[in-house]
Amino acid sequence: MTETAAPATAEANPMAPPERRFGAPMLTVDSISLSFGGVKALTNISFDILEHEIRAIIGPNGAGKTSMLNVINGFYHPQEGTITYKGNVRSAMRPHMAAAQGIARTFQNVALFKGMSTLDNIMTGRILKMHNVRAPETGVWGLDHVLSFGAGALDFVTQCLYWGPNEKEEIRQRTYCEEIIDFLEIQDIRKTPVGRLPYGLQKRVELARALAMEPELLLLDEPMAGMNVEEKEDMSRFILDVNDEFGMTIALIEHDMGVVMDISDRVVVLDYGRKLADGTPDEVRSDQGVIDAYLGVAH
Amino acid sequence: MADASALDTFPKLMRHNAQVRGGRPAMREKSLGIWQTWTWSEAQEEVKAFAMGLRALGIKRGDKVLIVGDNRPKLYWTMVTAQAIGAVPVPVYQDSVAKEMAYVVDHAGARVAVVEDQEQVDKLLEIRDDVPSLETIIYQDDRGLRHYTQPFLKNYPAVLDAGRAVLAKEPGSYDREVDAAKGADDSIMLYTSGTTGKPKGVVLTFDNVLSMAKAGVEFEKLTDKEEVLAYLPMAWVGDHVFSFGQSYVAGFCVSCPESGATVMHDLRELGPTYFFAPPRIFENLLTSVTIRMQDASRFKQRWFKYFLDLAKRVGEKILNGEAVSPGDRIKYRLGEFFVYGPLKNVLGFTRIRLAYTAGEAIGPEIFQFYRSLGINLKQLYGSTEASVFVTIQPNGEIRADTVGKAIPGVELKLADDGEVLFRSPGVFKEYFKNPEATADTKTADGWVHTGDAGMMTSEGHLRIIDRAKDVGKLNDGSLFAPKFLENKLKFYPNIKEAVAFGHQRDYVTAFINLDQEAMGSWAERNNVSYASYQELAGNPRVREIIEGHIREVNADLAKDPQMAPTQIRRFLILHKELDADDGELTRTRKVRRSTILERYEPLITALYDGSDQVHIETQVTFEDGREGVLKADLEIVDLSQNQSRKEAA
Repeated sequence: MTETAAPATAEANPMAPPERRFGAPMLTVDSISLSFGGVKALTNISFDILEHEIRAIIGPNGAGKTSMLNVINGFYHPQEGTITYKGNVRSAMRPHMAAAQGIARTFQNVALFKGMSTLDNIMTGRILKMHNVRAPETGVWGLDHVLSFGAGALDFVTQCLYWGPNEKEEIRQRTYCEEIIDFLEIQDIRKTPVGRLPYGLQKRVELARALAMEPELLLLDEPMAGMNVEEKEDMSRFILDVNDEFGMTIALIEHDMGVVMDISDRVVVLDYGRKLADGTPDEVRSDQGVIDAYLGVAH
Repeated sequence: MADASALDTFPKLMRHNAQVRGGRPAMREKSLGIWQTWTWSEAQEEVKAFAMGLRALGIKRGDKVLIVGDNRPKLYWTMVTAQAIGAVPVPVYQDSVAKEMAYVVDHAGARVAVVEDQEQVDKLLEIRDDVPSLETIIYQDDRGLRHYTQPFLKNYPAVLDAGRAVLAKEPGSYDREVDAAKGADDSIMLYTSGTTGKPKGVVLTFDNVLSMAKAGVEFEKLTDKEEVLAYLPMAWVGDHVFSFGQSYVAGFCVSCPESGATVMHDLRELGPTYFFAPPRIFENLLTSVTIRMQDASRFKQRWFKYFLDLAKRVGEKILNGEAVSPGDRIKYRLGEFFVYGPLKNVLGFTRIRLAYTAGEAIGPEIFQFYRSLGINLKQLYGSTEASVFVTIQPNGEIRADTVGKAIPGVELKLADDGEVLFRSPGVFKEYFKNPEATADTKTADGWVHTGDAGMMTSEGHLRIIDRAKDVGKLNDGSLFAPKFLENKLKFYPNIKEAVAFGHQRDYVTAFINLDQEAMGSWAERNNVSYASYQELAGNPRVREIIEGHIREVNADLAKDPQMAPTQIRRFLILHKELDADDGELTRTRKVRRSTILERYEPLITALYDGSDQVHIETQVTFEDGREGVLKADLEIVDLSQNQSRKEAA
């Protein structure tokens, strides 16, 4: 993103948001269909997510939003269709491979390690970034795995000793986590076990852990569910800041229409596993199909 | 030309400290979870560069520099920086809404604002059109500000760089600026929170602040080894003297917490030796200790109770150096090892040598609790107009219900109507652009009207009863001091705030605000479910508990023939917490009586017309500035019926 174009307009209206610029498609899903036995969760869905974009996926309950997110991060494998991520076509992928390729996510019902502190939870997000941890490249067990297991065992021994390279590594990773803690303003709960935190804060810790992975694509499953107005405002600001300062691409599912329309660049609407509409918030808002799906229609 | 060798301004004191203790820490701040330290010479270098940077922006002698933000080393340095080039710093409460800030900026005529972050920048941008004097905004944390391209917005490091360039060209320029100032110049302007009307800008000179800071340092024998945590608003005179003035005079280090929410963690890590907190904070700490002990095992609870009872009996005597039997001394030592020491460690009071509290009355039990643990907690009485200190309790003469004796240099007298007057070298110069108010408060020969009603005890200690103008009369002519009653009520952990009414009425009534933490913990232990403060406040069992407290207060009042007529006859529990955002409290959390009389007029009417239920709709402001309406039906409890029944029986 360049910042040279802004001043002239900003002077006229200082409060106007800066112009948004996007890159090439980072992720493209093409004609995806997913079914569980006879239940069709997703039918022939196609859309793309551009670099630096905030992309919202909305829809009524059971529309297939979370299924879509699970397909993107490799948890579900669609029966039909292709997913192109950063130029590489893939049909199936495991979640840990998605993580290694730079996709991080949060969950609808918080999935943190409840007994661990906020800081430790965030540190788990750094595992793939530690210098001596490698994610296996293939899903098949082979020599590669045996070697990496041996190296892992050696690392385990050296890590039991505090000093040396591991100390430096720990400091490096901790610094990164502290920057995230500072960014999300959760300094006061750094050492608190997350199980003791209120729900809104747990959501924030989960976002922190996802950010610790330094992902290129961040998937947020209902980041604001169950929050009060102030918490929602905070979270919206964090999402916008993450997108702006870290340059991350974000796909999010959210029920609060006000929030979605405010912060997202483009919205895709699902209903009963089909794509209903796709476009800017304004386009989607005025789409008759969307209005019918949300408000109900007389038959 | 002023005397350059005299240490009569803060910039001169800073230069002095950089010379005599340049390697000692001046300020600390926690950043990314680690304490960062700046020595006096490092701080001096930064101030030099920033001063020249501000001058390069066109700030001249006599200009006002607005300072807004949490306690940050850079903002404290901004104060001394402004003073170095002859400008006057004007710190503003960081949680003021834009409207309040606009008034201060406009009234002070500030030309530059140095602020902490985006939050404050946004507020100033919002009001910029209404305050033509404001030319430049300098921010210290650039998070979220990357796309703000307004030319009058400047980043702190950029101003610093500009200043360094000036210093490289004319190395003596900073010292020349500093030497040009003298003690009688204006050093700071502090806006009083204003219990009534618009805030007033209190102008204090270097002589004012320095004389009182020095008096305090000498009275308590403070050294440059003290550790202080600066966590109260920078716009408050207490913080200005404790965390700024006295630090420059004595040369001790001041630490800034990581954020407002981490103060208690930081307090514990730092272990200050010199600590100020309003009574509310001491109360909150004690409440949290009590709540945690209720969850402890039975053995620990008994252990805790045994040693606390012992401390209650002998702790204060030991602290005051009075005679205590050797057996008790040994037991107290054991207690120190098993209970008091660990407890003080948890609270961050392990190294504490001196603690002050002021601003409101502190509950005698709370006060004695801390003192019995061996913490030298004292009360003082002061005001912005006095550069803080008027009276302090001397060591060994600590009483829960007085505020101590006038400190050296301060004269004290009581007017005929009981109002407290004082005169000292710390007395303010004037209210900015408000000669009428200045004349009302300060007499020609330097006596200041405090507006507080007080009395002298036989030991020569001052005791404050209430605001002089709040002391009223019941219809039968008996004296009614609302604050006196409210404080008695607030000493119960379950009651956070109380407002008593009775002036020109037949009897006394009260509004009660629950303490949600204490009451919530009770609700949890007693399986009372509630979704909001409002629901908790409406619970009949909660009402019974509060009724019990009020009966106890009434019984206590009945013992004192002067106070007996002011027993509380009827009360209600408010459906919302009193809030500074709604104008019900000042920013320092004092009750704004007039606003409450206006906002809750129907409730007060109902308290006096005999009804037992009342409906109310209240306009409320949320933290983000939006407004909404809160509706509630409140029950009124009448205590007189039961009492008269008892009397009959």
